[in-house]
Amino acid sequence: MHHSIDVRHLSFSYPDGHPALEDVSFRIAPGEKVALVGPNGAGKSTLLLHLNGILSGQGELIICGHTLSEATLGPIRAAVGMVFQDPDDQLFSPTVLEDVAFGPIYMGLSESQIRLRVTTALGSVGMSGQESRVSHHLSNGEKKRVAIASVLAMQPEVLVLDEPTAGLDPRGRRNLIRLLRDLPQTMLVSSHDLQMVAELLPRTILLDRGRVFADGSTAALLADPDLLEAHGLEAL
Amino acid sequence: MHFNPAPMHLPDGFLSTLVSLGLWAVSIVAVGFSLRRVGRELNQRQVPLMGVLAAAVFAGQMINFAVAGGTSGHLLGAALATILVGPWAAVVVMTTVVSIQALVFQDGGLLALGANLFNMAIIGTSVAYFVYTSIRKLAGEKSWGLFLGGVAAAWASIVAAALACALELAVSGTSPANIAVPAMGGIHMLIGAGEALITFGALAFLYAARRDLFRRDSKAASPGAPVYLFGLGVALLLAVLSPIASTHPDGLEWVAEQKGFIEAARAPVYRLIPDYIFPGISNEALATVVAGIVGTLLVLAAAMGVAYLQRTKAETS
Amino acid sequence: MHVHYLDPHRSLESPVHALDGRVKFILTVAFILTASLTPYAAWPVYILLLATIMSVEILSRLGIGYVQRRASLALPFVLAALPLVFSLEGTNLFTMRLGSWTATASLEGLEHFFSVGLKSWLSIQAGIVLTSSTSFPDLLQAMRAVRLPRLLVAMFGLMWRYLFVLADEAVRLIRARAARSGRPAPSAGGAGPRPMPRLAWRAAVAGGMAGNLFLRAFDRSDRIYGAMLSRGYDGEVRSLPNSPLSLSGWLSLAGGLALLAFLLGLGALFGS
Repeated sequence: MHHSIDVRHLSFSYPDGHPALEDVSFRIAPGEKVALVGPNGAGKSTLLLHLNGILSGQGELIICGHTLSEATLGPIRAAVGMVFQDPDDQLFSPTVLEDVAFGPIYMGLSESQIRLRVTTALGSVGMSGQESRVSHHLSNGEKKRVAIASVLAMQPEVLVLDEPTAGLDPRGRRNLIRLLRDLPQTMLVSSHDLQMVAELLPRTILLDRGRVFADGSTAALLADPDLLEAHGLEAL
Repeated sequence: MHFNPAPMHLPDGFLSTLVSLGLWAVSIVAVGFSLRRVGRELNQRQVPLMGVLAAAVFAGQMINFAVAGGTSGHLLGAALATILVGPWAAVVVMTTVVSIQALVFQDGGLLALGANLFNMAIIGTSVAYFVYTSIRKLAGEKSWGLFLGGVAAAWASIVAAALACALELAVSGTSPANIAVPAMGGIHMLIGAGEALITFGALAFLYAARRDLFRRDSKAASPGAPVYLFGLGVALLLAVLSPIASTHPDGLEWVAEQKGFIEAARAPVYRLIPDYIFPGISNEALATVVAGIVGTLLVLAAAMGVAYLQRTKAETS
Repeated sequence: MHVHYLDPHRSLESPVHALDGRVKFILTVAFILTASLTPYAAWPVYILLLATIMSVEILSRLGIGYVQRRASLALPFVLAALPLVFSLEGTNLFTMRLGSWTATASLEGLEHFFSVGLKSWLSIQAGIVLTSSTSFPDLLQAMRAVRLPRLLVAMFGLMWRYLFVLADEAVRLIRARAARSGRPAPSAGGAGPRPMPRLAWRAAVAGGMAGNLFLRAFDRSDRIYGAMLSRGYDGEVRSLPNSPLSLSGWLSLAGGLALLAFLLGLGALFGS
């Protein structure tokens, strides 16, 4: 049985020479729910973009049994559902239907299969029947849910989310946490929302200046205020 | 309600059906050709880039600046798009902008869309490309080439599009050429100055923020050569046709001397101009073009005068 | 703070709204073509065309008033055709003297001018009815149906989608500029309000804002591209196939085209 995510000695520098990740290694088993925390500029988003090959650095990545390379980009991108921070970047089609259908269309499924996936995915996020709605008429919370649906429609093994609760009002945030709790996939969630992390994600990886400083139980990390402060975070 | 009051988007009814359909045919060919060229050089990220850039051009047209009195200058964007993404992608971007403006906001007719695309998306971008590339070649590696080229390209794109529009109106029989050409040409020389200024500001900002966007790609065979030549050809054609058209009230096909208003309008201006300047171009043609330019300068001077008066009034109150 | 007023679609319950977008699109283009081909001064045909479009306006529950209000924004352009009144040769109607200039209006010129105005007015109304009664995604579907290149339709879709996002950003930039454009009121013994900054400076600020927008467009398109890649985008534009047109859709299309063909024929009879 393979790990869902197996990162080995990942390093990456931006074109201008600025190092973003240094020798990052960790493994996530199927079904695990893991948080990625750290101050701004730590490299969290950069790290996430490596997991489906949008960025490529040095080191080895084995995602859902596939070693990341040019040839395996297709299956890896189907297996890793990436939800970005700004839903407006992710909902680029005129209607909800077209956005959620995008992934299945590019997977080459038949029309009936595509429609079934769309209905199921929208149902999972509580947006049933909203297929013909137009993206710019949705509220922020609705957009985030449709963004998740657009990824669920590909039936990924792993969900990777970048700051899912950012910009949501308390009710929207509560709804989102409830949704994430109910989803069965392996999860890696980058977030500043330590309250959500404590509620939802039993394991936490702490990233700062491109390096992993802690990787273990969330409870243990949150009980160490000195460690948190040293890396620009605050205890609850 | 729409944000683009530029008097260059022709509504339906102004061009004869023949001219409209003819220009539709030309535009379809040109846009289709550009799509294929873009498709070939794709670079997959071109698709989202062109789409969002089209949105930016439209949104950019909402940004105006006070010129004088109640008027304001604002952007068309053909030159800026050409500079940033190259001629072929710029054609697609401007086609998208002008089409959506016509389709969704009734800014320009649907039948006239072919002509509007031809003027703004095709002539606008190709003339801009021709002017910009020429000046940058002259300047070599120096950065002033970018800015002067951008400013000149912006101005030229507006004027060329306007002249083409005026000629189309003339050929359609809707507007006598000797009024349409100087009027639209003159007005748009002024508007073009606004476009040039805003383009300069945008280039300055982008040059400071993202110099990498302007890196010259020195490929062996310039992929924009057809556009360059087209732009050059259009510029020459307009420069020659416009003065000639300016003397013919009923279009280019026949010379008809109209008594009354037209004759009377030409006479006083004619007397101001010496007997010959260029062989082959009649004095009257030159007079009308000069009248257009002089008129423009007068308007510009008046606008500046008003602005100056407002300023001094504010200072002394 | 959304620039929703930019979206002309008005969601109402009416037979026109319910009609398939493809049918409406084709009929609108056909209507505009018919108006364009109607000869000058064929007044009965223009009246029939006007009656047709106004009936549709009523049927669509948009109302004639709503459509005319929107049409009035685009119509001042018609004045550009005014010289026609004086430039066309024909039966002289009246003469105007402006200083040393004489302008002679002809009947033909007047007819020509009014015909141009009517063609414009009819076409604008048709466009307004189309976009008010049809959602933009349906319009895109119509464009796909008439075989517009897929890449171009994708462009239209992207532009429209991000139009609102970027217009929002533009409005924010404009407001920020306004907020920083304060001028202190003249103080008691003071020098009075500062003069308006120079034109060149104002243009540079406006240009900087435009450049800012363009930069955001570049950055955003990079992120969108990443999102597209993550969902399997491979460079080709793909979409779900269109559902077939219903029988009533075909009938409406045929009926509309037949009416327009009749009016066209009528126009030919009046041909001048």
